[in-house]
Amino acid sequence: MPKMSLTHFEASILFALLTSIVLGIVTKRTDNERLRYGLYCFGSFVFAMFALSWLMYLGHG
Amino acid sequence: MATKPNTPGAKPAPSQDVEFSKWIPPVLLGWLIPGGGHFLLRRHARGGLLALSVVVMFLLGIMMRGATFQKPFFDMIDGQQRLDLLTKVINTGGFLGNIASGLPYLMTAWFSYDQPDVAGHVHDYGTKFLVAAGLLNILAMVDVFEIATRKKD
Repeated sequence: MPKMSLTHFEASILFALLTSIVLGIVTKRTDNERLRYGLYCFGSFVFAMFALSWLMYLGHG
Repeated sequence: MATKPNTPGAKPAPSQDVEFSKWIPPVLLGWLIPGGGHFLLRRHARGGLLALSVVVMFLLGIMMRGATFQKPFFDMIDGQQRLDLLTKVINTGGFLGNIASGLPYLMTAWFSYDQPDVAGHVHDYGTKFLVAAGLLNILAMVDVFEIATRKKD
């Protein structure tokens, strides 16, 4: 099995993408709603990632 | 008697008395093979996307050399030291998350691709990916249950 070494950003983006796909599929009833909710989840993940990253950066001093 | 809705996205009337035989096989198959329950219920597109997401997340966890939780119920380390409550909770939850992945986790254990926890952010992400794959599969199993019991179309 090949070894993979990802940065924090790459791992977080992959996690957000895969989780958003599943959340979009299982929570909504029409394809349009699923797509929109999946994009919403992905955007929320990315926003939270940047917000918390800046928070930690600024808090670290 | 429940009628089948004509409009896409409309909520079907749930059956009042759903037999176990209606939802146990797809839910069990969905646990063993991610997305398998959806394929059994002929939701091929959703099953394919769910299988892809769960399996890719699990494989990424393995390739990042994430740790698996295998002995959550032993509260001894080397037969001497007792684990504290928080560690037991983490190990048990991690084990349940791992085993919820079904066949990917079982094959990992059978073929000895699992490895102990080591320091490093990549390994740590890998451990989380492995557990998250199982948690996503639980969501897929709930979706299968709702489809099989006609709570969802």
